[in-house]
Amino acid sequence: MSSIALNVDTLNKHFRQPEDFHVLQNISFNVNKGEFVPIIGKSGSGKSTLLYLLSTLDTDYTGTITINDKLVTGQSQNELARFRNENIGFVFQFHFLLPEFTAIENVMLPALKLGKLSKEEIETNAIAKLKELQMDTFAQKLSGKLSGGQQQRVAIARALINDPTIIMADEPTGNLDSINTGLVFDIFKDLSHNNHITILTVTHDLDFAKGADRVIEMVDGKILV
Amino acid sequence: MANKKQTLVAMLGVTFGIAMFILMISFMIGVNQFMEDTMLSSTPDIHIYNDIKTDYSNTIAGEYFKDKHSLIVVHHPKPKQVRLNIKDANGIISDLQHDPDVAYVSPLLSTQVFYNYGPTQINGYIDGVNILDEAKIFDLAGKMTEGVPQNLLSSDKGIIMGRGLAEKLNLNMGDMVTLTTPTGTTMSFRVVGIFAIGISTIDNTRSYVNLANVQQLMGEDRSYITDINIKLKTNKLAHSKAISFGKKYSYKSDDWETANSSVLAGNIVRDVLTYVVSITLLVVAGFGIYNIMNMTINNKMKDIAILKAQGFAGRDIVQIFLSQSLFIGFFGAMMGEVLGFLLAFALSRVPFPHNDFIALKFFPVEFNPAHYVFGLVFGVVTPFIAGLMPSLKASRVDPVAILRG
Repeated sequence: MSSIALNVDTLNKHFRQPEDFHVLQNISFNVNKGEFVPIIGKSGSGKSTLLYLLSTLDTDYTGTITINDKLVTGQSQNELARFRNENIGFVFQFHFLLPEFTAIENVMLPALKLGKLSKEEIETNAIAKLKELQMDTFAQKLSGKLSGGQQQRVAIARALINDPTIIMADEPTGNLDSINTGLVFDIFKDLSHNNHITILTVTHDLDFAKGADRVIEMVDGKILV
Repeated sequence: MANKKQTLVAMLGVTFGIAMFILMISFMIGVNQFMEDTMLSSTPDIHIYNDIKTDYSNTIAGEYFKDKHSLIVVHHPKPKQVRLNIKDANGIISDLQHDPDVAYVSPLLSTQVFYNYGPTQINGYIDGVNILDEAKIFDLAGKMTEGVPQNLLSSDKGIIMGRGLAEKLNLNMGDMVTLTTPTGTTMSFRVVGIFAIGISTIDNTRSYVNLANVQQLMGEDRSYITDINIKLKTNKLAHSKAISFGKKYSYKSDDWETANSSVLAGNIVRDVLTYVVSITLLVVAGFGIYNIMNMTINNKMKDIAILKAQGFAGRDIVQIFLSQSLFIGFFGAMMGEVLGFLLAFALSRVPFPHNDFIALKFFPVEFNPAHYVFGLVFGVVTPFIAGLMPSLKASRVDPVAILRG
């Protein structure tokens, strides 16, 4: 096992609509296991695009992406879905919980899909994850009824439920006040340092970036080293 | 995941479609069954008789015009006097009784008569029968309004008369009636029974007497028989058996389906009508489901994207939405079956408008489990098809486009 969680080699992407635009140009970098790496840059610099390529949701690119020594480039949609389920946790700007389900049901969903554990075991795990984030008292509440900061913590618990090696976040604090932003930052830092989970997060919150291990800054589709 | 109200509306669409299907088919099949029963109460499964068919290819006219070079044309030839009886009727009857598919055989001698009612004469028919055989074929015992068929055996010159005819002649049990044949013979009978089959053309014209009386009336011998009525063990065999009997005995042989083809055509029309209306209702319900599924999926784009990001494959998404439309279909159809049954049951309790000539107390309704199975299958298949396209559309949602906003 190498210590490299993520390897990106000469990644290129074009937007073809409305006109051809070379949004990512020859991007290559490595991220080590347990690293907390914010990706920063001005809007339009291609940082979100890069994150969605790394997340395997967007497969329209050239170059190669290797996650945990597994080449994900060129895999079928179904294989990628399975891979995401098992290895990657997601946190988005707009919390994106399913509002008709309770907090704990939202957390349990990816694990039920993975189907490795029984429902009881998953429930125990989900409560444990919510407890780590001090959200266990809200477990039975409908997620639509929670506040923004609470929803984001539930979303992080959901991202953690399958014990992923990488968490990818797109502006996770973009919609939160400073107190909740600090809270999310502490959680991420704790996860990367104590649980050795790699964290890649797109952000334009520079305070958030400052405390990180290393920052990838993007300008006009290129990485500024 | 969808709005409960919309789901309920979609479900009710299926419910009404299936309920109407069950109601209509139960009623239509009931009507068909009633028509068939009525028909069979007046038509034997197979009827063997001697049809008037004369060979006109030879003519004796040639005997009078010996000139070989002249062409002889006879306009409008007429048959010579023919006896319409079945020859060796007793042999045919005993042969038929040994056939394993035949249940009952009844020989018959039928003739046209005038019923004398004071100075007026009423036209009708008289059937000379062995009443016990005839009663077995047409279930006469159940159709007697007065007397029993056996009365014919215990009286010398008894007659069992159609109810309409008896009313016209103002006859009651025990009254005498005088008949005249077209050849002028006259004979008196005593009314020993009155029947009503429910078909006015029969009830208004037909009477039964003993076979021997008709033979006597016509001045024929004891073996003179014009028709043989046959009841088979299963009437579905009638068509093929009729053909084989016709060949075997070389007499005209009609099965009930041929004799009543117009009634059977009516049955087919009703069946087709039922299916057309039911399918239309279900297709409309199907479009309703399609619409609601489409709306649901448009509202759930975000959720679909999240599920995909978390590792749900296109297949899983199809499963989720298809199972919702199958749920709508299954429960809608189940409710439809119950509602359909209740409506059909209610209809079967509605009294039929009173009518002397139709032997119906209530609306005819048939309860057949096969219709319910068909309704359920149909009620599940329609939403499945209606839900498939929106579900496939959902599975193709691009999560990146949605999550990035």
